[in-house]
Amino acid sequence: MFGNQGNLKRCDELEESLIEYLDGRANPALRAGIENHLAGCAACRTRAEEFLRISVVLDDLPEVSPSPAFDASLRARIAAEPTRHNFWNWLPSPRLVLATAALIAVSVWVASVSHVKTDQADIAAKSAPAEIAKTVPASNEADFRMIRDLPVLENYDVVSKFDALSELPDLPLNVGQQGQKETR
Amino acid sequence: MEAMARTDVQLMLDVKAGDERSFELLLRKYRTPLVSFLYRMVRDTGIAEDLAQEVFLRVYRARNEYLPSAKFTTWMFRIATNVALNSVRDNRYRQMNVSIDQTADRGEDEQPGMDLPDRAPIIEQELVARSRSELILRAVHALPEKQRAAVLLHKYQELDYGEIARILECSESALKSLLFRAYETLRGELAPLVGVPKSVKV
Repeated sequence: MFGNQGNLKRCDELEESLIEYLDGRANPALRAGIENHLAGCAACRTRAEEFLRISVVLDDLPEVSPSPAFDASLRARIAAEPTRHNFWNWLPSPRLVLATAALIAVSVWVASVSHVKTDQADIAAKSAPAEIAKTVPASNEADFRMIRDLPVLENYDVVSKFDALSELPDLPLNVGQQGQKETR
Repeated sequence: MEAMARTDVQLMLDVKAGDERSFELLLRKYRTPLVSFLYRMVRDTGIAEDLAQEVFLRVYRARNEYLPSAKFTTWMFRIATNVALNSVRDNRYRQMNVSIDQTADRGEDEQPGMDLPDRAPIIEQELVARSRSELILRAVHALPEKQRAAVLLHKYQELDYGEIARILECSESALKSLLFRAYETLRGELAPLVGVPKSVKV
């Protein structure tokens, strides 16, 4: 059962190589080792022969054709599948692609036309402050005068609310003359 | 003719691009090998057809994600093998539950297995009663499911060891061992068909 030469294989070592050898796929070194073993081992020689016969017997197993309803049934199951689209499947036909492109072009055109009108409105809106700006110097000038006169106005405000002054008798408009009287 | 000349991978890429006719071509090309493989796995034509449809459906559903990184047949038979192994295991689980239920129904006093028919195969009688192909099919079906799948993929599909190993998710050396043990079992099961005189040499 055991090989007595260096390149002979033991029976249990054939487990991973006998099928490969019988398939004709063993490399030359492996093939030589197996053949040496088979030459000296009747049990493995019988095994190898019966494996080949099994392979021939298995050829007799007929193929099984699907029933006539197989294709129709499968098509029905596929038709019942939920539709899953990838990116490209969203372009199902050239006609739809053209229609979509035309729609996009019209949308872009409409958007650009309305944008031009909006620009004109913007320009008009921007020009309005310019007209207003022409009036601004007048109001700014009044404001400037008010700010410039603010100390005077404040003094006036203080003086007008000075109670002691309200107790004074009405003075003649000619203050200089009054003063002259008092000095007398 | 041009469509027939396209490779399976190209057909599948065309299916991915939305060409339903390419899927029809794949269906026509592989429905019989697929149903045959699945029938030999489950030994029931109705179940085999259902499973084959399930395989084609999975191929169709996966079309958008399909990448031609492996042979189409390797990919398809990987799906088919998974579907078949799941079915075999589910069926065995159901049978086990039925068996447990029947044992419970029999009661404790009754000897389990007393009423079971004698299943020891009498080869000569079976050769008379059944066809040769039925005997072969029974022998193949008696193999453990992974060995069975290995034998069927190795024998009937033109796949190399690496491809079958990928389908079965095992190493190539493990696959060769699976095949060796399967053939060793078949030697016993199919002895009347494969027995040879001891003087025969390779």
